Amino acid sequence: MFVAATGIAAVWLRNLLASAMVLGIYSLLMASLWVVLDAVDVAFTEAAVGAGITTVLMLLAIALTGRHEKRRRARPWLPLATSLGTAGLLIYATLGMPAFGDANAPAQLHVAPYYLAHGQAETGVPNVVTAVLAAYRGFDTLGEVTVIFTAGIGVLVLLGGAKRRQRKETEPAAGDSA
Amino acid sequence: MDILNHINYWAAIALAAIGLYAVVARANLIKKLIGLSLFQTAVFLLFITVGKITGGTAPILDAAYEVYSNPLPHVLILTAIVVSVSTLAVGLALAIAIKRDYGTVEEDEIHAEDSAAGPDKA
Repeated sequence: MFVAATGIAAVWLRNLLASAMVLGIYSLLMASLWVVLDAVDVAFTEAAVGAGITTVLMLLAIALTGRHEKRRRARPWLPLATSLGTAGLLIYATLGMPAFGDANAPAQLHVAPYYLAHGQAETGVPNVVTAVLAAYRGFDTLGEVTVIFTAGIGVLVLLGGAKRRQRKETEPAAGDSA
Repeated sequence: MDILNHINYWAAIALAAIGLYAVVARANLIKKLIGLSLFQTAVFLLFITVGKITGGTAPILDAAYEVYSNPLPHVLILTAIVVSVSTLAVGLALAIAIKRDYGTVEEDEIHAEDSAAGPDKA
């Protein structure tokens, strides 16, 4: 409930700086929720990446683009109807989902028992999440690193390339006047 | 009883709806990105919820415990969190580049500038 409240607040607030702060609180609450749901590794990552790096990135971007959102939008009914309609359909879909915490749900019976039974013997790591991440799904993690690399290059091109373009645009202008 | 069985799914759906609303309704590009990250955490919540087993413990093997929650969704969501930060970084960089070229990050002002510049170019 707190998570939902902070989520709404993050969208509601017009002051983007406050909004980014509320998003940080939201991530921290999410991290505690992950602990409750037994996902401790996800909680670490959420607290470090979600509450930490995301907030820093947000603050940097807000510092460069201005911290106030303009007040407008007379009719929010179409987006509201769209999102509520989507939510309604999804809720209808959850009625076919297994009950929360059910040990015999289809998701628990496929490969997870194998990892839990043989993970330590095959990889020597007691933390099954680490074993799966680094050993069984190692290529997945390699792909993840590729995504980060691509994102880094993308940011560099977007922020660095424009500066070079500006310089090129001013140079011919100087040549024309000469 | 039925409500308790599905309330976590519904919380995830509520967060997704808030995020979707922010992406569609808000004109500010930074606000749209905040909505996008809300939507992403909603998906994470859905996955972690599927992996939870009542009475289970965190999937770190120990002789004292018998029942563990499903480790596979945790792994997938770890990857997804990192990917979501990457997309957020690229999105914010795009917003900064747009701010530099257009002088604003409000969607309708960008459209207004585009339509004002259009006839001149043609």
